[in-house]
Amino acid sequence: MATIEQFRTCPTTGLKVHLAAENLIKANAVVAVVFLAVGGLFGLMVALTRWPAVHLLPADWFYLALTAHGLDVLLVWIIFFEVAILYFASAVLLNCRLAAPRVAWVAFALMLIGAVLANITVLQGQSSVMFTSYVPMPAAPNFYLSLIIFAVGALIACFVFFGTLVIAKEEKTYQGSIPLVTFGAMTAAIIAVFTLAAGAIILVPTWLWSIGYISDIDPLTYKLVWWAMGHSSQQINVSAHVAVWYAIAAIVLGAKPISEKVSRSAFLLYILFLQLASAHHLLAEPGISSEWKIFNTSYMMYLAVLGSMIHGLTVPGAIEAAQRRRGLTNGIFEWLRKAPWGNPAFAGMFLSLVMFGFLGGITGVVLGTEQLNLLMHNTLYVPGHFHGTVVAGTTLAFMSVTYLVIPLIFRRDLVLKKVAQIQPYLFGIGAGGISLFMMGAGTLGVARRHWDIGFADAVLRFEYPEVAILMLGLNGICAVLASLGGISYVVVVVGSVLFGKKMGESKLAAPVAPVTSTAGVVGEYGNAGTLKLPGTIVLVSVFMMAFILYYVVNWKYLSEIWPLR
Amino acid sequence: MAIAPPSERIWWREPIARIELIWIVIGFSWGLVMFFTMVFWHSVGEQNLSNEAYKTTPEKFQAKVTEMVEQYTVRDEAGIPVVRPPAGSDVYMLGRLWQWYPLLELEKNQSYRLHLASMDYQHGFSLQPVNLNISVHPGYDMVMTITPTDSGEFTIVCNEFCGIGHHLMIGKIFVVE
Ligand code: HEM
Ligand SMILES: [Cu+2]
Ligand SMILES: [Cu+2]
Repeated sequence: MATIEQFRTCPTTGLKVHLAAENLIKANAVVAVVFLAVGGLFGLMVALTRWPAVHLLPADWFYLALTAHGLDVLLVWIIFFEVAILYFASAVLLNCRLAAPRVAWVAFALMLIGAVLANITVLQGQSSVMFTSYVPMPAAPNFYLSLIIFAVGALIACFVFFGTLVIAKEEKTYQGSIPLVTFGAMTAAIIAVFTLAAGAIILVPTWLWSIGYISDIDPLTYKLVWWAMGHSSQQINVSAHVAVWYAIAAIVLGAKPISEKVSRSAFLLYILFLQLASAHHLLAEPGISSEWKIFNTSYMMYLAVLGSMIHGLTVPGAIEAAQRRRGLTNGIFEWLRKAPWGNPAFAGMFLSLVMFGFLGGITGVVLGTEQLNLLMHNTLYVPGHFHGTVVAGTTLAFMSVTYLVIPLIFRRDLVLKKVAQIQPYLFGIGAGGISLFMMGAGTLGVARRHWDIGFADAVLRFEYPEVAILMLGLNGICAVLASLGGISYVVVVVGSVLFGKKMGESKLAAPVAPVTSTAGVVGEYGNAGTLKLPGTIVLVSVFMMAFILYYVVNWKYLSEIWPLR
Repeated sequence: MAIAPPSERIWWREPIARIELIWIVIGFSWGLVMFFTMVFWHSVGEQNLSNEAYKTTPEKFQAKVTEMVEQYTVRDEAGIPVVRPPAGSDVYMLGRLWQWYPLLELEKNQSYRLHLASMDYQHGFSLQPVNLNISVHPGYDMVMTITPTDSGEFTIVCNEFCGIGHHLMIGKIFVVE
């Protein structure tokens, strides 16, 4: 049983913070940032290699770096940070002690061991199989083993989260229902359990295969189950970063969801309708029926997409409502113009919201359409799309929330505030650019995971269009911008954690607006049927038009290629 | 606020804001449109991936390829045979480390039943500059009917990572009038 001494009271929010939870949040967040730095460096080297004028790495190192990049960022950075979010959304937001801190440390240790082992194994050079590790291309047994260890750790962390929810309910540390942000985190954790189970189902046999206990794994079955993990884990990311959007909007602006019911239902749509979405990774595979593909990729008529579209309305809607309450009511966009753009948490969050929708979301739906997939399957369009979702979207959102976590949890003032202020823009523009230009090159047919699109050493000759080469150059430039943004982030975070002014019991300084003061002002609205949100209406209308237009253009493009049946 | 429990305890009874309702209806309807577009394209569209595939083995598939090469080779390019099978026939192409084999010469506006399979790892059949991209697996013979509608030289790039020579793996389809 936790005793009262194990808590401190946050001077800013009045929330009780369980010290064990606080230490775990710190540890997970710090490790996450370290791996982001490592993985980001690999990403830069990959991007510079794909820039034909630079062509940085030799072929073997390129494929090694690409494997390491995918693992370190998509797996290690994102999931460590998500664990920190889970602990924050449960223990801190619910005023509760964390269930079984010792078990949580075991989870942390397993994840760390898995991550380190994965990196060592990849660096040894026999496991440059990309993070998808499609069979029958073999990696060293330790490659699969390290992923299994990591996944077990992550699974344990999810159960610590669920345990904390149960404790909070039993000990009545909150009134009524859990907060929306916690609800979003819970969505992420539920999906994570499914994801990690699928991961075990595929990785354990693959590991046994790699050490010779199983003779044969069907490559199609592998892909199906692998993506049950790989795709669902992206839905974890979406749930987590949407929860982060709501959290930042609430903490910085006191924004309240337009209606709890709608926002929560949108999270539920994620849980209900993602399971077989892994189908959209199998659209170009042999021998799978079109009915199955269509049914599963339209996730029962795109209900999971609907979930994201709803958040795409309710998040800016909540912000607009909060701003209008505050008196920024002139015209359609005064609320947005006078938003706290100098606050890195808000700026990053809003950029993440816009880019996730426009760059990641629209293109994901197009890419996941049965026939349209033929146009871009395995081209650079694919990484282009997911750098829109998981880099410009998730990663930027997580970076933004860090600027709130440092004062709230690490109790340090931010150092280099100016750098912090421009960081979201630098990283946002860079990430948005990588996404856009990789998609551009992919539209022109350029293959992903490809060391030399000049085919200098090949027996036969081929050249991609000039424009594609240009796209790869622009991609390289944006990669440099994104890396500068990434470095700024790491410097600010590490600097603040080590050298930031200790905040002690003193009042929280900018850039974080105190929660309690705004909470009183705007606590009561929301759900108002009379609420007018013209700015949000314009934003979502533009989004819808872009979506429809881009969708139609791609069908037109498809109709022009060789007939195929 | 989103970080605190809902101020309305019974939040599930709150009415839905009108703007939200309208947006949900729009989003749902758009989902239906996208769903039916895919279905519709199967009946009127000309570009649909075939569902036809057979289990095979590298040996069996290799035998088919060899047979075709022996019968219909017309010339070679850089030492790789160029095969010109009759229009409408079954055409076999294999992917292996790191080559598409053989090269094909097809007639414009004629249809062919193209069979694809891998001899080893997965490969990616990426036809350029048409930009048609299909996965090729070991153990599966995928059959699709293609109709080249332009003449000229077309390249098959491998776009599924298949090891250190992945970027060397290209093939050709020559389409003649
Ligand atoms: C400085 C920032 C980054 C840069 C410059 C960058 C650049 C790239 C490039 C150029 C590729 C290779 C595309 C290819 O050749 O197929 C790539 C792949 C990838 N990136 Fe990034 N990236 C960055 C950050 C991130 C982050 C933060 C994530 C995840 C959260 C991420 C996830 C991935 C994944 C999963 C792949 C695919 C790896 C594979 O094909 O196996 N990247 N990135
Ligand atoms: Cu290949
Ligand atoms: Cu390849």
